[in-house]
Amino acid sequence: MNAGLNAAVAPALAPGVKLRFDKVREGWVLLAPERLFVIDEQALDILKLVDGARTLKVIIDDLAERFDAPRDLIETDVVAMLRDLADRGAITL
Amino acid sequence: MSTLEPPLALLAELTHRCPLQCPYCSNPLELDRASGELDTANWIRVLAEAAAIGILQVHFSGGEPTARKDLPAIVRAAAESGLYSNLITSGVLLDERSLATLVEAGLDHAQLSFQDVEPANADRIGGFKGGHRRKLEVARLIKAAGLPLTLNFVVHRQNLERLPQMIALGLDFGAQRIEIAHVQYYGWGLVNRDALLPSRVQLDAATEEVETARLRLKGRLVIDYVVPDYYAARPKACMGGWARRFINITPAGLALPCHAAQSLPGFDFPSVRTHSLADIWQSSPAFLRFRGTEWMAEPCRSCERREIDWGGCRCQAFALTGDAARTDPACALSPDHGVMEAAVAARGGEPPPFRYRRIGAVETA
Ligand code: SF4
Ligand code: SF4
Repeated sequence: MNAGLNAAVAPALAPGVKLRFDKVREGWVLLAPERLFVIDEQALDILKLVDGARTLKVIIDDLAERFDAPRDLIETDVVAMLRDLADRGAITL
Repeated sequence: MSTLEPPLALLAELTHRCPLQCPYCSNPLELDRASGELDTANWIRVLAEAAAIGILQVHFSGGEPTARKDLPAIVRAAAESGLYSNLITSGVLLDERSLATLVEAGLDHAQLSFQDVEPANADRIGGFKGGHRRKLEVARLIKAAGLPLTLNFVVHRQNLERLPQMIALGLDFGAQRIEIAHVQYYGWGLVNRDALLPSRVQLDAATEEVETARLRLKGRLVIDYVVPDYYAARPKACMGGWARRFINITPAGLALPCHAAQSLPGFDFPSVRTHSLADIWQSSPAFLRFRGTEWMAEPCRSCERREIDWGGCRCQAFALTGDAARTDPACALSPDHGVMEAAVAARGGEPPPFRYRRIGAVETA
């Protein structure tokens, strides 16, 4: 699997992290203690599937099918985003 | 900069009461009395107003916020308004029951502060006997209650050598995040600067320790690190810029652009008892005073970093130069930068005794 991430891991929001719609700015945000991540549409599609139950493989399959896109392209994007958020403490892998 | 962005976070100082007496406390030298505190109904209204203008997070602090009996009701109001709530606490007043009540009310996160990892020194710094033992117990209770936990260590010349053990303690408690924050030298911290300011050698060793630990613990533990200004070449973007991100509310209900702003002369800070948060944010003269870059003089005015650090901290500029509108002396481009070196030179080989945070302990000339 891409960049050494196991396809069987089920990513989850880290404890204390919440995905919320921000009515005033009309966009989605991840709220964490002392930090805040603004979520674009592409990231939102991924994060809505992040629930601690779906595995990485399931998430990638789902997105590849929904967007009718090459699986390795989706995989690269998903892994890069999850890794980045994990390094910043917003996601557990 | 033409359209005004809504604020992101509310710092709600519920009370200045606190059983501890940390000599670096960020509270003002003149503490608000319990009798003048904003009541429950006003706090609940303010939280609803905050959510309505776009605030996303509320940090309940103090003093010690758990000294307020109505904290669960206030936390519940935050949750009902859709605000992400964080409790900034020394922990010593918490127990299993009160924690369960807060979790039930919808609290999202707790940040527990430690004075040291060495119990006797921790209790000496906080001025509260038995405090450290109590905190260790409370950290365990917070985890057991299922509340996400950040450990916060305030570091300075009298505890910095135990930084590795602080990081290890964070790991022991399964914290996702720890905060290593050097003392900031405003208010009580400035009064105690000689007793707290680390040497350059101490600071560099600590920074290196943090960098190594970050690499080693990547993906496991986030370490936030806040450095002191005294060895820096550029200032911090204090509060992300004056009145750009935060509203701080004092126990008595005054709205400030930063928790130290009451140290500045010539301001009439608006009260949330008589003004809405929306009005305060948009049009109160106190919030407009240093917002943006219009107020700047040289060297900030023509500097390419003026919208990165916003000229640094207004309170530090005032405390060290007597003029709140000058460039923060932490900046090497400031004509006043020499005061930083002078302070380092003055700190002496042995730290002087602490002047503890107490009502009436310091003349506020
Ligand atoms: S810094 Fe210390 S004295 Fe000040 S509020 Fe926090 S625990 Fe209390
Ligand atoms: S001159 Fe002003 S804007 Fe430029 S780096 Fe220094 S403090 Fe920041």
